[in-house]
Amino acid sequence: MAALPLISIALALVVGAAIILVSTLLLPNRPFDVLLPVRAYVAMFQGAFGSVDGIVNTLVSATPLVLGGLSVGFAFKAGLFNIGAQGQFLLGALGAVAAGVALSDAPPLVAVPGALVVGMLAGALWGFIPGALKAIAGAHEVVTTIMLNYIAVSVIAAAVSGPLDQPGSPSPITADVGNAMLPIIVGRNGHLGIILAIVATALVGWLLYRTTWGFEVRTVGANPDAARYAGMRPRLLVVLTMTLAGLLAGASGAVVVLGVTHVMTASFGTTVGFDSIAVALLGRSDPVGIVAAALLFGAMRAGGPLMQIKAGIPAELVDVLQATILLFLIASPYVRRRLGLRGAKAGVETTDTITRTYGGEAAVR
Amino acid sequence: MDALISLLYDIPVLGLLFQLVGYLVDVVPGISPIILQAATPIALAALCGVMCERSGVVNIGIEGIMLTAAFVGWYAGVLVQPLLGTDPAPIFGLTPALLVALGAGLGSGVLISLLHAWLSISVRADQIISGTIINIAAFGLTGYLNTLISQSSPNGAGAFAQLRPPSELTDLPIIGWLLGAILSQGPITISMIVIVIVFQVLLFRSRWGLRTRAVGEHPRAAETVGIDVIRIRYRNVLVAGVLAALGGAFLSMEGTNSFQAGMTAGRGFIGLAAMIVGRWSPLGAIGAALLFSSSQAIGQSIGFFPPEGQLGDLLGLLPNQIFDALPYLVTIVILAGAVGRSIPPAADGQPYEREATT
Repeated sequence: MAALPLISIALALVVGAAIILVSTLLLPNRPFDVLLPVRAYVAMFQGAFGSVDGIVNTLVSATPLVLGGLSVGFAFKAGLFNIGAQGQFLLGALGAVAAGVALSDAPPLVAVPGALVVGMLAGALWGFIPGALKAIAGAHEVVTTIMLNYIAVSVIAAAVSGPLDQPGSPSPITADVGNAMLPIIVGRNGHLGIILAIVATALVGWLLYRTTWGFEVRTVGANPDAARYAGMRPRLLVVLTMTLAGLLAGASGAVVVLGVTHVMTASFGTTVGFDSIAVALLGRSDPVGIVAAALLFGAMRAGGPLMQIKAGIPAELVDVLQATILLFLIASPYVRRRLGLRGAKAGVETTDTITRTYGGEAAVR
Repeated sequence: MDALISLLYDIPVLGLLFQLVGYLVDVVPGISPIILQAATPIALAALCGVMCERSGVVNIGIEGIMLTAAFVGWYAGVLVQPLLGTDPAPIFGLTPALLVALGAGLGSGVLISLLHAWLSISVRADQIISGTIINIAAFGLTGYLNTLISQSSPNGAGAFAQLRPPSELTDLPIIGWLLGAILSQGPITISMIVIVIVFQVLLFRSRWGLRTRAVGEHPRAAETVGIDVIRIRYRNVLVAGVLAALGGAFLSMEGTNSFQAGMTAGRGFIGLAAMIVGRWSPLGAIGAALLFSSSQAIGQSIGFFPPEGQLGDLLGLLPNQIFDALPYLVTIVILAGAVGRSIPPAADGQPYEREATT
């Protein structure tokens, strides 16, 4: 079973190669080159692992994906689909930059934890809202979190062009977070967030597998009726789970602002929140798996720009590769069933406990 | 009359409400065509969702289907436009190139829906994951190709033109503006209205509709009376793909005449919200889509032409961005309370396994 993700990755690279070749055939003015995919992948690999800077870049790209992946994965364990990681990420970033600017002259020992905590709390608030709406009003978290993602964009635009705007700048931008920036611990830009991501992974793993709460979360996710029968309180668990998921995604945003950008513009945005969903799926919501998946996707993100420069392949190919990896992963049980391979049932349990959609709505009643 | 109105406006607190009504009566007729246009892709996405989920398949990949159709439609136009010429017909500005482009866009929607149908019905994978994969893949693939193509910035086949209703109709008192809003539209918007009505009737009054609902509520029982669950689900997901693709084609071939990366901007997801708010019925879906687009248009209108008097002073205190967020806030509020609990089809999202095959 451990080989399955590797096979999926290999097959996805083959599909990616086919896309590169076909797309050069479709377009005029591009010479056909059978080795172009190889050159593209080699460039991506060099960008991600070819130098110390590259490796540090991979780690820095993977860090927010680990935190975001833990957010989505933890919610998956409870049978909740947190598409809202993106909005919680944005709010976390906003909270961190607001506190960071306010604390920019304070000693780093105060400023850094202060900004991180405010960011995490802002993310937690953005996770608490859909959790509470689901527990109290039965509003499905998939829809409410998507709406909150868009509202987060407006909140950031309002805050950065309003109270947080740096006077005298041509376009809205906040002041620098100053002393609240995360210290660099490795290479040119490897910030403290890398350690934070590792600590968070250990904490979430401990929480899930070593505490009563984690047991309840997993039980509600696997079988809400059994959980209720055993005296657990699914409503409370939904609120707590979404709040913690928001906190983790908020930490992801805080780490990006405090560790990488140090300022925020009105159009601040990345795809970290959405990539986190792919990370959680590839990592099967397991903390260690999430770290592995985040490193893979982080490496692709870090290597993408060099691929674009050296081989002329747009970095969006990374998204296609991510989707294709997941596609092969979820289709494999069926393909194995059809081919009559042994262990064909093995892959099923990974998907059937992940999400419970509206129809199987038993988590809250 | 004017004296009466100013009397109403001057009532403390409640007067603000009258001022708002007065403002809406002033602006809505003018912006109603825009409201309908903005509702079109959302309504089509919601209809796609209704058709899938009524038969028990959750389709969160609508966003990806729309984005792909928007891209393929536009790029097919780029490819065939030099071959087929650009002489528009007198109605809707139809050209052969536009029709071929539209067909290509719809075809791409069916192809992606086939992938979703296969993953959710045959593979019995988690349907939300399948949809998420489609969204990521569509975003990446269209972005990738668009970056490659836009280096040569080619011309597409243009866009459909809007109908010009005769002024005898639009000048009618009271309902003239409404007729004008409905009729002075392009072909996709007008088709959307027709589709809503036909779909509503079919879903609740036809054999296909009864079977679809049976399969979505209790597939085992449906199979017992001889309905082919798998077949109905496949067919519905594929036809629904055409609806979502039509919504995507609207974006690149009727609303604008070109493609931009990520141009669906969440309309597929908003369509899903409209489906839920509209309680999985076609009429409800277009109602919710209209509510969404009108709160957006009114929000923008308040930004550009603020109302006068007290109401304007009050709204002026709010940051502009709150009006951008208005439709999303309205959706959450409605979902969380105003419509009560919206109950999905009972077998929604659950893969069906024939008894004989287990």
